Amino acid sequence: MARRENAEINAGSMADIAFLLLIFFLVTTTMDVDSGISRKLSEKPPIDYEPPVIKMKNILEININRNDALLVEDKEMSIEDIKQTALDFLDNGGGIGKTVDGVPGGPCTYCNGKKSEDSSDHPNKAIISVQSDRGTSYGMYISVQNELLSAYTELRNRYARTQISGKYAGRSYEDLLLLDAKDNDELKAVIREIKDAYPQIISDAEPTK
Amino acid sequence: MSKFSKKKKGLPAVNTAALPDIVFMLLFFFMVTTTMRETDLKIAPPKLPNASEVKKLEHKSLVSTIYVGKAKSQDLSKYGSGDKIQLNDKIASVKDIASFIYSEQEKHNPEEIPYMTTSLKADVKCNVGTIHDIRTELREINALKISYSTRKGSLEANTQ
Repeated sequence: MARRENAEINAGSMADIAFLLLIFFLVTTTMDVDSGISRKLSEKPPIDYEPPVIKMKNILEININRNDALLVEDKEMSIEDIKQTALDFLDNGGGIGKTVDGVPGGPCTYCNGKKSEDSSDHPNKAIISVQSDRGTSYGMYISVQNELLSAYTELRNRYARTQISGKYAGRSYEDLLLLDAKDNDELKAVIREIKDAYPQIISDAEPTK
Repeated sequence: MSKFSKKKKGLPAVNTAALPDIVFMLLFFFMVTTTMRETDLKIAPPKLPNASEVKKLEHKSLVSTIYVGKAKSQDLSKYGSGDKIQLNDKIASVKDIASFIYSEQEKHNPEEIPYMTTSLKADVKCNVGTIHDIRTELREINALKISYSTRKGSLEANTQ
């Protein structure tokens, strides 16, 4: 008795099915990676909170009006000069730092600034206050934030290259951030130290109407 | 001579048996590298501002997105021309942000909540006033981590 040969399954349309699936996924998915400027908002102060008195020289005031024009410390300025102004202000180191964990702060040993009397005392006391108008465009606001962050990054990079010793010496802050800090306490401590050397203190003032 | 004349004329058919495998490979590649479009935009797609100091947002599941931009041109008569806020699939007002964030937080374990980030996808042309209102609202309910969604690029495009 002749056995019937097994008929081969026609797999010709398999490719069509796969193409259909492929096109479905191409249409319904996106490839963009979400990236952005990360900020942490300040916590809501308690009702009876009294704001601390801060010396005027420790605040860099930036105003953006509704026409997207910039006023820094009551002088008009273009967006290109913001970074340098922020660098000069943060890196001034004209006085002594604030008390951290009960240890009174000394003068800033790693600052390269002019040590002027009229600018900030210490990077950990220096506050940048950005006040915008309700009509300011979001693009301009982001541009200013970006310039300020790049000033901080530059200072942190310099600190990381010159002040850090040991395993992570000679690297920039940005390089260190790219390393995997998970379960690596030494790296975490180093990053913590750099962040504490130039803490990001950018405050958003209530916008003008 | 008959030996040669017996040869068949014409090209043999190309073997396409491996075609499904290739397409499946492409399919898997796209399935792995892309993410599902989670919301339909009800507002005109916001043109994100450019910045250079950007950080990648990690842990996508912990990110809730708020879109800010103008209404679509065909909806202008319905919604008006001001800045519109979109939460989930509908255009909402600033007051709805609190309940939106709470409902997002409910989807996660309590210990994950401090790590939740709010991503603001706002158009370059929208007003800081709107952004500030959103920020105040987020601060009110203690959702403090936010990220201004930006593209990598030069700053000049922001103010044009």
